[in-house]
Amino acid sequence: MSDRLIESASQTAGPYVHIGCLPSWAGIDGIYPEDLGATIAGPGARGERITLKGRIFDGAGEPLRDSMVELWQADAAGLYQSPGEYRGAADPDFRGWGRAATDADTGLYRFDTILPGAVRSGGVTHAPHVALWIVARGINLGLHTRAYFAGLPENAADPVLTLPELAGRVDTLLAVRDGGTWTFDIHLQGGRETVFFDV
Amino acid sequence: MDWPYWGDVMSDSGPPPRLSPRDFSVQPAALSPAYRSSRLRAPERKLVALPGQLGDLTGPAFGHDLPGAADHDLIHNFAAAGASALGPRIIVHGTLRDESGRPVPDALIEVWQANAGGRYRHKNDAYLAPLDPNFGGCGRVITGADGSYSFLTVVPGPYPWPNGGNDWRPAHIHFSVFGTAFAQRLITQMYFEGDPHIALCPIVNAIPDKGAIDRLTARLDMGRTVPMDMRAYRFDIVLRGPDATMFENGTGG
Ligand SMILES: [Fe+3]
Repeated sequence: MSDRLIESASQTAGPYVHIGCLPSWAGIDGIYPEDLGATIAGPGARGERITLKGRIFDGAGEPLRDSMVELWQADAAGLYQSPGEYRGAADPDFRGWGRAATDADTGLYRFDTILPGAVRSGGVTHAPHVALWIVARGINLGLHTRAYFAGLPENAADPVLTLPELAGRVDTLLAVRDGGTWTFDIHLQGGRETVFFDV
Repeated sequence: MDWPYWGDVMSDSGPPPRLSPRDFSVQPAALSPAYRSSRLRAPERKLVALPGQLGDLTGPAFGHDLPGAADHDLIHNFAAAGASALGPRIIVHGTLRDESGRPVPDALIEVWQANAGGRYRHKNDAYLAPLDPNFGGCGRVITGADGSYSFLTVVPGPYPWPNGGNDWRPAHIHFSVFGTAFAQRLITQMYFEGDPHIALCPIVNAIPDKGAIDRLTARLDMGRTVPMDMRAYRFDIVLRGPDATMFENGTGG
């Protein structure tokens, strides 16, 4: 189509992304009542409560301490809280979207949420997973990855985890459980580089 | 659920349309050595293509009741009563569309910037220029039914940054933009027409395409200027859109 437009170019979020996206975290109070993305699952949300946390390592093995991560996931029944969800109504007390800064000292990000359900769409069943989007100084185009949950039976037949091109790299997409906490570390470079997606 | 956007290419009972494949020729390279921070933070391996998945075609929605009354007014939203931020007062406005040309309504746009002296209100920014006690540096808006947005602010100052020894950022405003799909998520920066620092900036020059840089450069818009009050700059934003082939069905291609 001749009137097709061109996507705006991305630019790095820079080291001060918190001012715009998490101002209270950055110490700027009094403009917004609270930072967006703090509550992924409301008190009445159905499903198993979990914490997902981890660090994002650069090519020198240093954790990023100035980045921002956004999370997007389905509810316990595998439904998205989104206008684009066509398969049914998601849990009314479940938001499914979260936003967190990596800690300025430890580099840890943390999301309190529920374990998502498997997503059945287009005749395919996708193992439970959360989508993560990472922006920071030095990242020119936001990075999309996914955290799956190690040990879940659905992983064996998941259409993404079984992609031939992911052979030998699937471990980088698996969060590891310790009680109610799942750890998902992300490596931007090196032998353990996390799989990032062109979605 | 009501679904005004993309309404003519989807039904209530079908999945959202796929997005066009991303055109990486108009996007910055992950590794851009002149921008030193990218050296240790750019993935070295190719992105794995994962098009058309429901989780990426859906995304969070934000209502018109989200922004407070002053969220769009950076001149006043952090200022003491009766005070206002220092610096040249401007309106920044434009339209959010997708690649198909459709306006994107009801979309959240968040902005942040340095003050008129080039200083951010952030604990890690130690630039010599002083903080403005009446400037916080963040704002947000929801796009209208026609995809339009506008906010009020002051022109941010250029600032030096530790990169090559004597690098200065052009004056810029950071934008975080939501569409309706998580795959449309965009963070970018708006520059100001005529700024000689644009051509010198390693962050800008991570973008290989001159036209793409030009489209990040806002134009002075005298038509929206408020006489004796504030000038206006126009900045239009384009998100990824539904695959073109979806529109060619039934129209003869
Ligand atoms: Fe900046």
